Amino acid sequence: MSLWEYANPVKFIRTTDTVLPWVSWLALACLVVGLVWGFFFTPDDFRQGSTVKIIYLHVPSALMAINAWLMMLVTSLIWIVRRHHVSALAAKAAAPVGATMTVIALATGAIWGQPMWGTWWAWDPRLTSFLILFLFYLGYMALWSAIEDDDTAADLTSILCLVGSVFALLSRYAVNFWNQGLHQGASLSLDKEENVADVFYFPLLVCIAGFVLLFVALVFLRTQTEIRARRTRALLAREQRA
Amino acid sequence: MIPDLGKYAGAVLSSYAVSLALIVLLVALSLWRARRVRAELERVEQRSKRNG
Repeated sequence: MSLWEYANPVKFIRTTDTVLPWVSWLALACLVVGLVWGFFFTPDDFRQGSTVKIIYLHVPSALMAINAWLMMLVTSLIWIVRRHHVSALAAKAAAPVGATMTVIALATGAIWGQPMWGTWWAWDPRLTSFLILFLFYLGYMALWSAIEDDDTAADLTSILCLVGSVFALLSRYAVNFWNQGLHQGASLSLDKEENVADVFYFPLLVCIAGFVLLFVALVFLRTQTEIRARRTRALLAREQRA
Repeated sequence: MIPDLGKYAGAVLSSYAVSLALIVLLVALSLWRARRVRAELERVEQRSKRNG
């Protein structure tokens, strides 16, 4: 079996129809367990007090904001190289999900920053690159809506996605590159010394799993919708020609 | 039931409220559009079959 079989829209819809309920329920279960665990059953941080509970929303949403764009980059490259419509439509489907994750990360970051840093916003390298990433999301979605021809829209948005990837990577590594600004380093790392304490770490992992599964479920659902919308447009165009 | 969030209660609760509202809105809009597009495709496909 080849991965490219799923470039067939019928095969994609049939497979995701089977998987979607499982992924959706698992996402809901992880989100409920992770958020309840984090909110009700973890202690306050000795420095940040109860605001540490914001980590269960801020870190997973920021992680998904960046990784959604990287997923769009991969599917856009597949479109550019192999011209599979499903991959272009998957990128289109992921954009609003990634944009929402970016808004959640920016909003929770601002709300968390106000009591901790004394400001809602600072032109810090990571915050600024994240804001630019959000603007790229808006531009990407606007470009898809502005162009009627699906293939032209897929071509142009794929190029925009390649350019925006610089900011997706910058928002992840800005702290390491510039080593300045208010934002701290990574909360999760392969280096155990850098990680948050175990009492926060495990519920955080469950929340991250929930956000990843939610993203997968929404991208499956929205890609199915985009495939059906494309088929509808093709049938209507055929009717008009007849 | 709600843990004592102290002086940061507003910040923590508003973070959860904003995030959960956005997630629920995104899921609801995705489901609504999925149903609408699926129904429209079925309608157009039936019409195409009828017209040969």
